[in-house]
This record gives sequence, structure tokens and C-alpha cells, in this order.
Amino acid sequence: MEPLDRYRPIIDDFEAFIDACERPLPSAVRVNTIKATVERVRTALADADIAVEPVDWHDGLFVLPEDSPGANWPYFHGWIHGQEEVSVIPATVLDPQPGERVWDACAAPGSKTTQLAALMDDAGEVVATDNNLGRISALRTNTERLGVTTVAVTHEDGRNHSLKPFGGEGYDRALVDVPCSCEGTIRKNPDTLEDWTLSHVEGISGVQKGILKRAVEVTDPGGTVVYSTCTFAPEENEAVLDYVLEETDCEIVDYDLPLSHAPGITEWQDESFHPSVTNAKRIYPHHNDTGGFFCAKLEVPAE
Amino acid sequence: MSDQSTVFTRLPETDDEREDPERATREEVLDFWTDRFGVPPETFEGYTFWERGAGKLWLYQGTPPSPVDIEGLGMTVLRTRQEHWKPTLEAVQRFGEHASENVIRLDEDAARAFVAGEDQELDWDGDWGYLIVTHDLADEPEPVGVGLYVYGELRSQVPKGRRREV
Ligand SMILES: C[S@@+](CC[C@H](N)C(=O)[O-])C[C@H]1O[C@@H](n2cnc3c(N)ncnc32)[C@H](O)[C@@H]1O
Repeated sequence: MEPLDRYRPIIDDFEAFIDACERPLPSAVRVNTIKATVERVRTALADADIAVEPVDWHDGLFVLPEDSPGANWPYFHGWIHGQEEVSVIPATVLDPQPGERVWDACAAPGSKTTQLAALMDDAGEVVATDNNLGRISALRTNTERLGVTTVAVTHEDGRNHSLKPFGGEGYDRALVDVPCSCEGTIRKNPDTLEDWTLSHVEGISGVQKGILKRAVEVTDPGGTVVYSTCTFAPEENEAVLDYVLEETDCEIVDYDLPLSHAPGITEWQDESFHPSVTNAKRIYPHHNDTGGFFCAKLEVPAE
Repeated sequence: MSDQSTVFTRLPETDDEREDPERATREEVLDFWTDRFGVPPETFEGYTFWERGAGKLWLYQGTPPSPVDIEGLGMTVLRTRQEHWKPTLEAVQRFGEHASENVIRLDEDAARAFVAGEDQELDWDGDWGYLIVTHDLADEPEPVGVGLYVYGELRSQVPKGRRREV
């Protein structure tokens, strides 16, 4: 937990925060509405004697207090997908519509890609990019099992994403769920902080800036970009937003989030960030008994 | 250009537009689903079909310029360039509800054995060959995968990586 000490000045009730980080997180599943309804999934899980708890802000999510998602009928049929509560947030904030073109910049293993497709009723086009072939293979397995027909997969560095394969068309929306130091996943992976170093945080921040910048560039005027991480580090969150505000033409806008959260911060150590980063949201484990998360909504001005 | 096997080429609509004589046409694919399983051609309206490597067909919704060199385009749907075309488990799970022929319904025990990859002896009055296998889930029949029926036996075609003890 030691790397988390540096957040004492920015987190209210720091002791509760640390306590929550030490508690394991139960599995959760998202209903894949491309293949099943919430009602049928509920019935199928009950028939399989799998106990579920509802999630109050999202009726297509169930917490499985005693089981893990793998070997049961609804899973085999691609009716459900293992996905934690906070991981469901960014796609709902992006709110893609049927028929749109969407870029998922860091897509593997595809939890959010497949959720985007489901939100679009599997109509339109989701271009899913990752730079890791092994993880792309996991992404492909997930799109197949979930029966998604609208996802095209590209293997490239998101910073240099090419529009060529698709005839140069831009996007209505983009999701930028970057690689990060993953501090917020500590409840699922207790050893996640073992290799924590500040130089890794600072290094990955450069990659995040490059990918988010590219996402703003390839999003059409009037379009929306969502930036998310599962970390608390301001270097990977507000500092990245501050950078793209400088480098590109976009705004950070407010949005409704039906979960308790704290606003993005404008001061960190000796740095200060643009006031609009307070529109981004920080989700701490002690707020809603979830993992930790950061999510910002950006708009590209209409011409 | 990288390895040809990663390139997707869009299927020609009909025989007239076909350049590679071995490549399936969209018309043939729709006919296959209708003739073998009674799946109406409208089911695939709005989808495009693509071939990657020799014989593996994918189904997608967009219309990128063909050929396109990327890692994935929608989902795999059918294996062609062989005597008996073989639907994928994924296509059957997604579109099998529209099938009216060559559909075999298994009881719970048989369905379990099927997804575990086991072959089993059972009675079937219909054609030999690839069948759509269903079982009841949440009170309705639900397509689960592809079986090959020959010599009084239903051979599970569930790919190794998808087999489960449910
Ligand atoms: C947080 S994970 C994404 C999780 C995914 N969005 C999901 O919901 O399943 C970050 C991903 O970014 C990929 N990645 C790392 N560097 C990248 C880069 N430069 N361009 C594109 N993807 C990258 C990693 O391979 C990893 O799969």
C-alpha cells in the first residue's frame, strides 16, 4: 500500500480508503444484450444456482458474491461477460448510438469494446485497436463469444492510429482506456503495487498523452472522446487532460455519474492544471465499495 | 503488404463478379444457410461477407474498401473451400434461432456432454452432416453449437478452446 501514501493530501477519509483497498472485490458480470435480455440472464443464473446481487445504478450488471463468471450456461452462450462495476462506466459516459463509427483506442481484452457494440445494438462500426497481439487474441475470443458483428480489430500503436484501412473516415466518438499503473485494481490484484515506480508512472503518462491526442485528432467536429484509467495517479489523469487541452482543440465537459465520486484535482505537488479538469471524476474504492477509477468526457467543438 | 492470410477480401455478390473461382459468393453463402438450415436470406441483410486465408468467412456490418489488412472484421461465420461447408459455433449461437431444418434439440445431460466435447450415440431421423444443436435455457430453446451427425453418432464440433464442464 505504500505507494498510495502520497494520496493522503487529496483523498478524504484516507483510512477508509486504505481499508477498502485491502478488501477483496467480488466478481461481477455484465449482461450482453446482443444475445440475451436481462430477464433471461437472471433466470438462467438462478437455474444454475448462481447467487447474484443487483447493482443499483445499472440493471444489466450483477455482482456474484460466491462465484466467478466462467463455467456456466449463460457464460457459454455469451450472455454474460465478466466485468467489474467501475469498468462499465466509460462506455456509458461515451454513450455511442446505433449506426455511429467509434474508435476504441486501447481495446484488449475487449470488455469495453463489446459493451460499446451492445450499447449501439450491434449496429455501426467499432474499430478496436491494441498494440499487443496476445491481448488482441483475447479480444477476438471475446467478440466471438459475445456474438459481436460490428468490431474491426487493428494491431498498431494507438498514437499512430491509421484511418487508411477504412478509407480515411473519422469517428463520431472515441474511447481512450489507456494502459496505466493500475493502482485502482488493487482489490482484484493485491500485488499490483509491488512493481510501482514513479518513473513508470511518468513514462506511461507520455504514452497516454500521445494516444489521447490522436483520439481527439481522429474524432470529427462535434464528436465526443472519453478518457479513462484505473489509477489514482494525477500524472496519468489530470496531467494528461491538461496536456491535450494545450495541444488540441477540445473541451473537458461535465457529465452525470450515478456513483459517488470526487472531482478531478487542479493542484498536485508543484503542478497546476486547467480548471476544467474538475469536470473529470475520481472514483475511490471506499466511495461505492468498488475498484478505483478515473473518467473524463471531452468534446471536440463543432465547426 | 504483410502476410496474405491476414488480409480480408470481400465476397463477390454473384458468380458474374467472381475473379477467384474457388472463392464463395454472397449468393452461395445465403443459399447455403437457406438450403441447409432454412435460415431466410433476410437474416443477413445489412451484413457484408469477407474471406480471410483459404476458406474462412467472416461477417461484418461495415463496408471498408476491399481488401483490408487488419486483425479482425466482425465474426467468423462459415468454413468454405471444402466439400461440406461448416458453420461456426459463433454464427450458430447468433443466427441459429432463425433455423428451421437440421436442428437437433438435446436434453440437459446430452447438452452438457456436447459442450464438454464428447461424441454421443443418439437417434436422428434427418440428414447426416452438420446440425445446429440446441438445448433449453431460461425456458426457451437456445442454439449452442454445431454437431456432425454420422453413423448414429452426434460428434461435438465445439472447438477445444470453447469446451466447458458446465
Ligand atoms: C487498460 S487496458 C484496456 C482494457 C480494455 N479497454 C477493456 O475494457 O477490456 C490497456 C490496453 O492498452 C494496450 N496498449 C498499451 N500501449 C498501447 C499503445 N501504445 N497503443 C495501443 N494500445 C496500447 C495494452 O496492450 C492493453 O491491452
